[in-house]
Amino acid sequence: MKHFTLAAGALLASVAFTTVAQAQTTLSMWYHGAGNEGEAKVLNQIITDFNASQADWKVELQSFPQAAYNDSVTAGALAGNLPDILDVDGPIMPNWAWAGYMQPLQIDEAKIAGFLPGPKGYWGGKLYSIGLWDAAVALVTRQSILDELKLRTPTLDQPWTGEEFMAALDAAKASGKYEFPLDLGMAWTGEWYPYAFSPLLQSFGGDIVDRTTYKTAEGTLNGEAAVKFGDWWQGLFKNGYAQATQDPADRDGGFAAGKYAFSWNGNWAALGALAAFDDTVFLPAPDFGAGAKIGAASWQFGISAKSAHPDGASKFIEFALQDKYLADFANTTGLIPATKTAAAMTENYKDGGPLAVFYGMTEANALVRPVSPGYVVQAKVFEKALADIANGAAVADTLDAAVDEINADIEKNGGYGH
Amino acid sequence: MAQISADNHGLRLYTRYAVLVLIAVIFIFPLVFMVVSSLKPDQQLLADTASLRAFLPVGDISLNNYTAAFQRAPVGLFIMNSVIVTGVTVVLSLLACSAAAFAFVFVNWKGRELVLSLILATLIVPFETIAIPLLLISSQLPWIGLDGLTSGWLNTYRVQIIPFIADGLTIFLFVQYFKDLPGELIEAARVEGASWGQIYRRIVMPLAGPVLATAAILKFLVMYNQYLWPLMVVQDEAYRPVMVGLQYFFQLNIAWGEVMAYLSLITVPVLAFYLYLQKAFIASIASTGVKG
Repeated sequence: MKHFTLAAGALLASVAFTTVAQAQTTLSMWYHGAGNEGEAKVLNQIITDFNASQADWKVELQSFPQAAYNDSVTAGALAGNLPDILDVDGPIMPNWAWAGYMQPLQIDEAKIAGFLPGPKGYWGGKLYSIGLWDAAVALVTRQSILDELKLRTPTLDQPWTGEEFMAALDAAKASGKYEFPLDLGMAWTGEWYPYAFSPLLQSFGGDIVDRTTYKTAEGTLNGEAAVKFGDWWQGLFKNGYAQATQDPADRDGGFAAGKYAFSWNGNWAALGALAAFDDTVFLPAPDFGAGAKIGAASWQFGISAKSAHPDGASKFIEFALQDKYLADFANTTGLIPATKTAAAMTENYKDGGPLAVFYGMTEANALVRPVSPGYVVQAKVFEKALADIANGAAVADTLDAAVDEINADIEKNGGYGH
Repeated sequence: MAQISADNHGLRLYTRYAVLVLIAVIFIFPLVFMVVSSLKPDQQLLADTASLRAFLPVGDISLNNYTAAFQRAPVGLFIMNSVIVTGVTVVLSLLACSAAAFAFVFVNWKGRELVLSLILATLIVPFETIAIPLLLISSQLPWIGLDGLTSGWLNTYRVQIIPFIADGLTIFLFVQYFKDLPGELIEAARVEGASWGQIYRRIVMPLAGPVLATAAILKFLVMYNQYLWPLMVVQDEAYRPVMVGLQYFFQLNIAWGEVMAYLSLITVPVLAFYLYLQKAFIASIASTGVKG
């Protein structure tokens, strides 16, 4: 009798379980983090929790290596094979939304009121994507270097001016202790250029494109401020402050090996810098006249235009926005949690935490890259122009040519819907 | 006099071998660097790049990078996928292209010169130009399998194999080789009443060892190094090949030791295949050289 009861119980339980499982509609999801063990662990936990939390939806994840992700999405869109949920790099989102790859999110925007601006992806006044974290760039150095070179420690309220920054580089150069005073990360290409260097242009008063209309780069990328920036940029390399071409090994380990006094690097490398020296400090960006600026917006979740279940996809994304998951991601990856309350739950970003300074920098100085479908082209043109100038090309001519190329692309695409 | 001549001969021999050894070293160094680096922790690997230590298994040597590589990505699955796709494509390609070349060289039919010219013209068309149309076609093609009639070939082995079975270069290689075979052999076989199929199977293919090896190696390399096409048509990790898998190792902070370990692992099938066919490949190149 006992055995019969057990068997009957097991049968009933399995029937009930099967019924719940069958009732769940599958939502496919693509993510860019294949090979990134930490991110995969947190994301898999979110998916497991979500699938167990309700009976309507079941998310199934397919991960891609980051370097192959955007091309895979573009190919998937061409073949009509996009998933329900996808993730998208913040500055790319307007292009995918404009191209018809994505649809607006159906989430309660009150729930993201406390989010940093960078992780919110708006296009055409609608929220298309939302991120769980942001990233920031800082000037990485050591307190002992600042003391030895007798330099003022800049703060968010009082960042270094352009003159102070150059004086710091001069002092480092004069000390003769470093191969180069400044590591700009020239070994990195692609999105690093507009992400890390366009804020410096903006701090001079220029920009990649005129954000009031998004229909031209005339005057912003080749105006007086931009040319001043270009001259300064070229001077960094011509005068031996930084190297125009860099061995990737030096980017990864040069600061720790003492080759550079200052390193312009992201918060994702901050834990490594802290491990290298116990007096590592993260300084805010210098202010070259138009305010200190750094880049913003990282990877975000969105819904593909072809999804037949935007309600379910939105439910999953809303579920993932809980502070505990934001904190988990920050603890695992070193990235900045999207909310202050999540930051308080982390070791690194809570008040007094070793990386808390990055949260403040993002709050105070972050500026998203141009919110335009044309950004994908503009970013490449900007990268090429800066690389050319770094290698000695004439500043004004190079910037004029970049403006022509950007404007021609905007015109060819009918203004990109602006 | 004879002594001087022998000395000159010896000197020439030494010089020749010295040059050959130097060339061999230049070619082998990247492979040595890859394998040696795969055994070192990142910090040591990067520090050693500035000296000859980069080519020596010295310092903190271990297999940790290999363990980490297997943890980061399903390395075995990627290698298996590439070996399946490459192996099947190579075999089918040798069969199809040799049969096509046989028809072009030995069988008289109207328009064969024109068709061969058209096929050879495809050699100047880069794959990138036809990738998108091919993707659109592949995503709609029907297939009859265990699940019955389905639509779309994406996320399968067949989408990585079938478009690459026939190609202009392989057909060209076979055509060139078959043209040099003695015509009397074929004529004699025809007189004896052999069918075209028998001539292909029993006379031509047994003589085609060198060109089979050359075509197999070239096709193997092309297929094993496929990146763009699988990137476009395979979203399911279960079907990803090694070159797409390589991207798993390029995170923001690159673990170079793991990259080298992965590269060492995926190089093994290529080396094994080449060594297996090396003799025939060299014979083919040598015979081409003699004729040239």
